[in-house]
Amino acid sequence: MKASAFSYARATSVANALELLTAHGDRAKVLSGGQSLMPAMNLRLISPELIVDIGELAELRGIAVSGCILTIGALTRHVDLQRSPDVAAHAPLLTEAIAHVAHPAIRNRGTIGGSLAHADPASELPACMVALSATILVRGPKGERRIAAGDFFKGIYETALSPDELLMAIELPVGGPNSAHFFHEFARRHGDYAIAGLAAQATVDGDAFTELRLAFFAVGDRPVLASAANRLVDVRVTPAILSEASAALAEELNPQEDHQASASMRRHLAKVLMQRCVSTLLGRSDLNTGGVA
Amino acid sequence: MTASVPISLEVNGERVNEHVLPRLNLADFLREQLQLTGTHVGCEHGVCGACTVRVNGDIVRSCLMLAAQAHGASVQTIEGLSDSGEVADLQAAFRDRNALQCGYCTPGMLMAAQDLLNQQAEPDREQIREHLSGNYCRCTGYQAIVDAVETTARLRVGHQP
Repeated sequence: MKASAFSYARATSVANALELLTAHGDRAKVLSGGQSLMPAMNLRLISPELIVDIGELAELRGIAVSGCILTIGALTRHVDLQRSPDVAAHAPLLTEAIAHVAHPAIRNRGTIGGSLAHADPASELPACMVALSATILVRGPKGERRIAAGDFFKGIYETALSPDELLMAIELPVGGPNSAHFFHEFARRHGDYAIAGLAAQATVDGDAFTELRLAFFAVGDRPVLASAANRLVDVRVTPAILSEASAALAEELNPQEDHQASASMRRHLAKVLMQRCVSTLLGRSDLNTGGVA
Repeated sequence: MTASVPISLEVNGERVNEHVLPRLNLADFLREQLQLTGTHVGCEHGVCGACTVRVNGDIVRSCLMLAAQAHGASVQTIEGLSDSGEVADLQAAFRDRNALQCGYCTPGMLMAAQDLLNQQAEPDREQIREHLSGNYCRCTGYQAIVDAVETTARLRVGHQP
């Protein structure tokens, strides 16, 4: 199908984009890479009256490291993240996750800001932001707000962004010397939306976690930071402890059922992911007790 | 409010100045306004890959890009790659290996395959499959297509196929 008719404005500056958004409110939609917005418009799931194209705002593009903060502009494309030596050095979780985001032709257009603002609960980048304790910078007519990733995602396609605000950039704390990461997802075909996935960031001291952030995706209406992970921190993890944590994880998840999987299948896959993650990060094959995906 | 937008871009090396409605996507612009019908339109929501073209050197889905967004860009379609001879060997390999049947997916497949070969001289079959994972073929299947890409890669670096 084709998108319904709309008006088009090419924003000339961030201020200009904000003026347009303030004037048109939720009747306007921001267009960056368009890899989620365009399908939704072509399928007539949404029919905005005005498209504000921010594609030429070069100030929203780019990756920079300053002190212990990695800043990524909202218009940075997936392919730029994938190839960035700074991202590979300071947030390798993201480098690994990006390879699972759709296909090359999509990664050449899709942007990190677009993916986060779209907030599809099955997508990879929102979960990475939660795992990495990212801060999301947004600007509106009343100035700038800094929102913790954990507070940014509100539900299916819902975020803390108001219609007159623009997502500007993402700040990530640079990984420390003992930091480790894990990423895996189950999907029907490489590049498809996940049936269940896990983005994890950890700090490992000797044979124990001193920090473990497990952000599951496609198992709820937003990325889920598992509280069950706390049971695995500052202890020597045994199969019994992992099994308890795994049961607690299944309790706290409330996955949706759809044409790809039932809720119980998603719970099962999340438990398998947790087990694989913990055994991989601690280098303990005895903890991978053979849950079958 | 839905007034047409002036755009100026380069398509297969030629300057094009046109007016387009905002809702017109790049695939329909190429096909209907410029009569470049080698770019195919399949699913119209970015899943099938039949509409793959190059914009500023990168392959993209032309159904997921507005013609208005191509203002100032350099676009190359399968007609451009074919006429310049850039993919002549890849086309021959597709033909020899029966890697096309109805041909609907072929322009997008050639675009994606050429993109891979430009980035990586000798990809293995798994890498070929991964790079083509966003392109659907509904008749020949993928075996012959992967064979054709693999053969072309080997010939280009001077190996026997």
